[in-house]
Amino acid sequence: MTSAALRTEADPGIVTRALNLWYADFQALKGIDLDIKRGEITSLIGPSGCGKTTLLRCFNRVNERYGYVRTTGEIKILGKNIYDPDVSLIELRKSVGMVFQRPNPLPISIYENIVFGMRIHHDRRQLSKSQLDAAVELALTEVGLWNELKDRLEQRATGLQLEQQQKLCIARLLPVKPEIILMDEPCSALDVEGTRAIEELMWALRGRYTIVIVTHNMAQARRASDECIFMLMGELVEHRSTAELFLNPANPKTAEYIEGRYG
Amino acid sequence: MEHEVVTLGAQPTRRSMAPGGDAARRRMVESLTEHVLEWVIRLCGISAILFVFGIFFFVLREGVGLLFGDFSLWKFLSSTEWYPTSRSNVRYGVLSLIVGTLSVTTTAMLIAVPFGLGAAIFVSEFCDKRAKEGLKIVIELLAAIPSVVWGFIGISVMNPLIQTVFHVPVGLNVLNGALLLALMSVPIMVSIGEDALKAVPDSFREAAVALGATRWQVIYRVLVPAAKNGLLAAVLLGVGRAVGETMAVLMATGHAVNIPHSVFDPVRTLTATIAAELGEASVGSPHYQVLFLIGILLFSITFAVNLTADLIVKGVRRK
Ligand SMILES: Nc1ncnc2c1ncn2[C@@H]1O[C@H](COP(=O)(O)OP(=O)(O)O)[C@@H](O)[C@H]1O
Ligand SMILES: [Mg+2]
Repeated sequence: MTSAALRTEADPGIVTRALNLWYADFQALKGIDLDIKRGEITSLIGPSGCGKTTLLRCFNRVNERYGYVRTTGEIKILGKNIYDPDVSLIELRKSVGMVFQRPNPLPISIYENIVFGMRIHHDRRQLSKSQLDAAVELALTEVGLWNELKDRLEQRATGLQLEQQQKLCIARLLPVKPEIILMDEPCSALDVEGTRAIEELMWALRGRYTIVIVTHNMAQARRASDECIFMLMGELVEHRSTAELFLNPANPKTAEYIEGRYG
Repeated sequence: MEHEVVTLGAQPTRRSMAPGGDAARRRMVESLTEHVLEWVIRLCGISAILFVFGIFFFVLREGVGLLFGDFSLWKFLSSTEWYPTSRSNVRYGVLSLIVGTLSVTTTAMLIAVPFGLGAAIFVSEFCDKRAKEGLKIVIELLAAIPSVVWGFIGISVMNPLIQTVFHVPVGLNVLNGALLLALMSVPIMVSIGEDALKAVPDSFREAAVALGATRWQVIYRVLVPAAKNGLLAAVLLGVGRAVGETMAVLMATGHAVNIPHSVFDPVRTLTATIAAELGEASVGSPHYQVLFLIGILLFSITFAVNLTADLIVKGVRRK
């Protein structure tokens, strides 16, 4: 993958063409074509069950954990088709990190959660203690947790408050140096304060990372994204800049949805 | 309790439909049956406890008398000389029997733990639903084979097999008994171990997979640490099963009182000794009492193992 320094405005982050996905016989994604810009925050909105999570989980191919999933079409991430036979799932998932709906820190210490990615991608001998320590400090500082947690790094991560857990889940992606961060309703388990904190964090990470966030919260999409994609029943209905999409939606279905008529 | 609330809540309608003492009588009968049922169930629960204590006290009473005579407990535990029926010089040293039990159990666990936990991981993480059901049925079948049948397999299958594979003169030895015990304790390890792995939330697996972990990394970095208490309990329950097993080891280990120097030596276990000799010892004789003392020893070992397993499992639940 190209380095962050080579980024240009026209450089696409994620491109899909004629993307279809079936869960056994049920088609959950229908002919999705989209171009997600690099370095920006793109939100995915739509009523529950329209396929937002499914689409997001295509981008790091975790959908394939279920044996009955079938995908056709093309997904290019940073210019590379991720369904090419020579693509390594491990490398793909290193460059495309994911944050889940419910914070899911592993049941190990805070420290080990953050270095988990480094440990699985490097030999034990390649990692020095100081390297790991530095990575932990950097990642926690980046998400604004360092001051709160620096004295309790050995505590179990599952004992933290939900907001801290979710920030930790973002922090643990950073040491593996992803290009893209996928977030699936990252604030749905959090209160207003926590939601605000995560949104601020997203803005802080914007530019260095391409962020795709699924949300069912219209206000959040409006506040926290550059571009917005509206989906309905497995199809992409509209994809425009967030401001435009909310001010004058081109498609009547989009208008209905953002006016809250269904969803 | 809940039921009473329901009856009370239903009262007004009932009264309006059937005025008079009818409803009241029905209510009384209902509450009476409820009380009787509650007591029957309570009795069932208590009886389990009573039986355990009853058995313990019976075994204790039969054996403990010996400890007040000139019997040396130290000698009993530390001597390897087991000559309970000698005319001239009776000696009751159970060290060889303890070592016999330990050697067979340890060897069995060396075989069964990797197999059992490996199978648990395979069933829980690598099988699709269909294969999983099939495998579980087969494994449960394994648990249903009576131990005499295992002993029979030990004598007629394992014995010649060990003789030809390892070129040893006799195949009835530690290894034979251990193989049988391993096969007998694998089912419980698999089923408890699989439960423990199943209890690990899928979100942990997803977290690791999304960070680029391979299947093996997910298993040894996430699942095993997350399920370690349950897996440990699985192992301990397997150990408990192996320590207490009698018939199969009686038939398969050669039945020689002997401190083994290799897995090809014959031994005799605590359980096998009781089973083989209790019928011949006259009731109340020292020999008889010593056998009960061995029973107490066994009881204590399995009790300690099971209790540990239990506490560990409880620890899992609390979290
Ligand atoms: N693992 C799965 N197996 C079968 N069907 C699924 C699975 N996950 C999602 N679906 C179906 O796919 C559709 C889209 O689901 P999802 O992507 O979760 O929607 P959203 O995130 O927009 O609420 C839904 O109809 C859902 O029932
Ligand atoms: Mg969803």
